[in-house]
Amino acid sequence: MGILEVKNVNKRFGGLQALGDVNLSVAENSVHAIIGPNGAGKSTLLNVLIGKLIPDTGSVMFEGQSVLGRKPYEINQMGISRVFQTPEIFGELSVLENMMIPIFARRDGVFRMHAYENSSNEHEIVDQAEAMLESLGLAEQRHEHSASMSRGNKRRLEIGMCLAQNPKLLLLDEPTAGMARADTNNTIDLLKQIKDERDITIAIIEHDMHVVFSLAERITVLAQGSPLVEDTPEKIKGHPKVREAYLGESA
Amino acid sequence: MDVILLQILNGLDKGSAYALIALGLTLIFGTLGVVNFAHGALFMIGAFCAVTLQKLLSLSHTVIDETQTDFLGNPLKIEKPYIMDWFGPEIGGGIIEWAVPLSILFTIPVMVAVGFAMERGLIKHFYNRPHADQILVTFGLAIVLQEIIKYFFGANPIPTPAPEALSGSIDLGVMIGFEVNEIVYPLWRMVYFAFAAVIIGAVFAFLQFTTFGMVVRAGMADRETVGLLGINIDRRFTIMFGIAAAVAGLAGVMYTPINPPNYHMGMDFLVLSFVVVVVGGMGSLPGAVLAGFLLGILESFASTTWATTTIPGINQVIIYLVAIVVLLTRPRGLMGRKGVMEE
Amino acid sequence: MFGLNKKDGLLFLVVIAITLLAPFLLNPFPENSGMAQFNAGYPDLLQRFAIYGIFAIGFNILFGLTGYLSFGHAAFLGVGSYAAVWMFKLFTYNVVPAIAFAMIVAAIFSVLIGYISLRRSGIYFAILTLAFAQMSFALAYSVLSNPKFNLTNGETGLQVYSNDPQMFHRDGLPNLPHIFGLSVRASYELELGGWSFTFNVGYYLCALIMLIAFYFAIRLFRSPFGMMLRAIKSNNTRMTYTGLNAKPYALAAFVISGMYAGLAGGLLAAMDPLAGAERMFWTASGEVVLMTILGGAGTLIGPVLGAGLIKYMENIVSKINDNVLHQWFAFLPDGMEDFMVTIIHPFVGKGWNLTLGMIFVLVVIFLPGGLVEGGQRIARLFTGKKARAAEKSSQSTPAE
Repeated sequence: MGILEVKNVNKRFGGLQALGDVNLSVAENSVHAIIGPNGAGKSTLLNVLIGKLIPDTGSVMFEGQSVLGRKPYEINQMGISRVFQTPEIFGELSVLENMMIPIFARRDGVFRMHAYENSSNEHEIVDQAEAMLESLGLAEQRHEHSASMSRGNKRRLEIGMCLAQNPKLLLLDEPTAGMARADTNNTIDLLKQIKDERDITIAIIEHDMHVVFSLAERITVLAQGSPLVEDTPEKIKGHPKVREAYLGESA
Repeated sequence: MDVILLQILNGLDKGSAYALIALGLTLIFGTLGVVNFAHGALFMIGAFCAVTLQKLLSLSHTVIDETQTDFLGNPLKIEKPYIMDWFGPEIGGGIIEWAVPLSILFTIPVMVAVGFAMERGLIKHFYNRPHADQILVTFGLAIVLQEIIKYFFGANPIPTPAPEALSGSIDLGVMIGFEVNEIVYPLWRMVYFAFAAVIIGAVFAFLQFTTFGMVVRAGMADRETVGLLGINIDRRFTIMFGIAAAVAGLAGVMYTPINPPNYHMGMDFLVLSFVVVVVGGMGSLPGAVLAGFLLGILESFASTTWATTTIPGINQVIIYLVAIVVLLTRPRGLMGRKGVMEE
Repeated sequence: MFGLNKKDGLLFLVVIAITLLAPFLLNPFPENSGMAQFNAGYPDLLQRFAIYGIFAIGFNILFGLTGYLSFGHAAFLGVGSYAAVWMFKLFTYNVVPAIAFAMIVAAIFSVLIGYISLRRSGIYFAILTLAFAQMSFALAYSVLSNPKFNLTNGETGLQVYSNDPQMFHRDGLPNLPHIFGLSVRASYELELGGWSFTFNVGYYLCALIMLIAFYFAIRLFRSPFGMMLRAIKSNNTRMTYTGLNAKPYALAAFVISGMYAGLAGGLLAAMDPLAGAERMFWTASGEVVLMTILGGAGTLIGPVLGAGLIKYMENIVSKINDNVLHQWFAFLPDGMEDFMVTIIHPFVGKGWNLTLGMIFVLVVIFLPGGLVEGGQRIARLFTGKKARAAEKSSQSTPAE
C-alpha cells in the first residue's frame, strides 16, 4: 500500500475527458515520476492531488485519508507540499522571512494570532530558517528581497520552503521548466541530496527526460488522460507503447 | 395586478440607467481588465452635455419690444435667443425645446473623445499595474471630473426639461385593457426605456455580428491568447473604451429630464452600478443588463408606501441587501462564469 | 526599548517628541505676521492630525500589509462616532467609556462586513466594502432616523440634548466631554514674545492615544502575524500551499483596522460631541486611502505623514481666497497677477476637493510608494552610486 493511492479517478471538462480511470500508487520514500506528452492530463492530475480540482469519480487517499474536498491548506497540513512550475515565493519578503513562514506554519498550524511577539525574537524559528538557508547555499542572500534572486535560486528557495515543513510527500510540477542547463543540474543535485538525506516521498511531473531518468525510481506514463504504463526507468526507456505515445510511431 | 405592473414600469427607467452604466463597466472590465471608478463620471458628463447644449442653444441677446411696455411704462426688454433670429421663432423655439434629444448627436462625439482621451492619456499606463492602483487612479480621476463640472455648473441640480410633446403622461392601462387612469405612466420614461433597449440591442448586435465584436468577445474570454494571435488589441481596446463612454454618456443625456443633473450624480449611480455588475456576474454582459433591470424594479417595489411603512427606508438599502444575499449564495453572481477574473 | 529594535525605537521616540511638542513646532510664525495663516499649532487642527493619523495607521494595517483595498473604511469611523455620542447621551460625558464603546461597536461591525466582503478578494473586495459603506451611509442618513426608531438623527446629526438621561452625570462635571472631570476644551495659553502657543487637553488626549496606536502598529508590523499579512499580499497561492489559511488572517487585520477607525471616530465625537452621516460618505473613505498612499502604504510612518499633510493642506487651501491670492502675486505685473489668480482660483477655497483629486491622480501615477519612497529616492541620490551599482548587478542576473 503506497503513501498516495489514486483509484479510478475520472474528470471531464465539458466534452473533454481530462482524466480517465487513473490508478496510481506512489510507494513511501520513493521518487515517482509522472510523464506524458502535452495534454496528457498531468496538470489536471496534479490539481486533483492538491485539492484544487475535485474529480467526478474516484478516490485519492494520502496515508489512508481522503484528500478530496479538503482545502489546499488542509491538504498541506496533512503533509503534502507542492513546488510550482514557476517558483511561487513571497517576492516582496526577504529570503529569510520566506523561509520562516513555513516553519511558523509547521509550528502554529493554519492560523495563529501572534501579533505581539517580535518575529526576529523567535530564535528557534530564525535558527531553523538560517540553518535551512545554509544547507541550500542561500545564507548570504538572506536579507535580500527574494524577487531579486535568479530563477535557479528562487527554485532552490521554494524547494527549501517546502522541505522546511517536513512534508511526507513533495510534489513537483516541472521543476526545471524554462531553466538553463546549469540550473537544471543544480536542481537535480538538490533533489538527489534531499532523497538521500530525508525520509521523504517525491512525486515529480516532468517534461525533461534527463531530469526524470536521473531521479525517478518508478515512472508512470500518462497519455490522453489515462496511465499507459508504470514501470522502472530502465523498462520505460525501451517500451514500445511509450514511444508510440510520444512519437506517434505504431508499435 | 395593476399595482405590480405599475411598479415594474416605474423600475424600468432606473433599471435602464443601471443597465447602461453596468454594461459599459462590464465591457471595460472584460476587455481591458480595468475597474473604472470614473465610469459614473462619464454618465454625469453625458448629462452635462445636454445641459451645455441647452444653454448654448438658449444663448440670447436683449431686444427692446416697442409694442409692449413693462409696469413702469418703459418699452419691454425681452431676452431673445440668437437661434430664433437665425431660424425664426417657430423652428428656433422648436430646436431649443428639443435640446435634450438633439444633444444625443452632440454627445456621441464628445463622449467618444472623452473616452479616447481617458484611455490613451491615463488608463493605458495602468494595464500592468496592480488592480489597487487602477482603482485608485480612476477614483482620483472621478473626483477631478466631478469637481470640474461643479466648478463650471455649480452645485445645484439644473432642470433640463424634455420636449413638450414627450413630457406628458400616457395611460398605458387603457391600451392593455385596464380601467382608465389605473396605469398612467410618464411618457419620457417610456422613451428612456425604449432608448436604452435600442442602445443595449445595438451594443449586443455590434459584438455579435461584426468581426470587431467577435475579437472583443474573444478578448473578454481569453485576453492572452487573442493578444498572441497578433491582433492589434490595443487599438480595439481604445475603441471599446470610447463605445463604453458613449453608452454611459447617452444614458446620462436622456436621464436629465427624469432627474435634474448635478455634479455628484455620477458617483451616486456608480456605486449602485458596481453592485449591479457584481450581482450580474463580473464580466457577463447579459448579466449586467439583467441585474440592472431586476434591481431597478426591485428598488421601485421597495419604494411603495406599503413597503416603506412596513420597513422604513427599505428603498434605500434593498439593492445592497439583495447583493449581499446573492453573493453569499452565488458568489459569482447571477450569470458569472467560473474562472472569470478570479485568482 | 519598549521591545522594539533600535531603528523602530528611534522612530518611535522621534514621533513621541514631535507629537508632544507639536503645539510649539507647528506654530513657527509669530501671531501677527503675514505668515501666521500657515500655522497649524491650534487645538482644532492638531486634534484632527492625531485622529486622522490613527485612522490612517489602522487603514494601513489592512491595506499596507495585506493589500486588501477597503473603500468603505469611513463606515467604521462613523459607527464609532455614533457609538460614542450614544454613550454621552445615555451615561456620561466621560470620554473613556465612550471611546471603548466606539471600538467595540466598530469591531462588531467590521466582523460582519469583513466576513462577507472577504469571501472575495481584489476588485470585488473593494466594490463590496464600498457598497457596504454606502449602505451604512443610507442607513444612517435616512433609514435609522425615523420617528419610531431614531438611532442617528438623520441629516441634523446625533447630538446630546439637555433632556437626555446621562445617568452618571453629576453636577460639577463639565457639560462637555471630559476625562474624569477635566474638560477636553480646557487649554493653557502660553505667550512668548510675538508667539502664542495653546496646550489643549483634547489634543494631548488624542496624541497620547495616537502614540499608543502607533506603538501597537509597530509591534504588529514586526510580529509573525504582520509577516503573515505581508505574505498574503505578496503571494496568496504560496500562503495557501504552505498550510496557512489566509482568510482568518485577513479578517483579523480587517477587524483590527476597523477598530482603529472606530477609535478615531470615537475621538472625533469626544472632541466635538456630534456625529453625522457625512462622516461615512465614500469621499471620506477615499480620503483615508489617499492619506495612506500619499504617505506610503505599508510603511510605518507614512500614514501619519499622509494624514497630517492632507489635513494641513485641506485647512490651508480651503482658507485661501482671491484676496489672499492677489496679495501673493502682487509682485507680478497686473495682467500676470490676474492671470495667475484665475489659474489658481479653481483649486483653492471651495475647490479643495479638486486639489485633492489631482493629488490623488498624481501620487498614484508618479509616486505609488508615497512620500516615504520619495524620501528614500532622494536619499539614494545623496548616498552615492554604491547602492545603485548593487541594484544594477542584481537586475543584470539573467531573468530567463
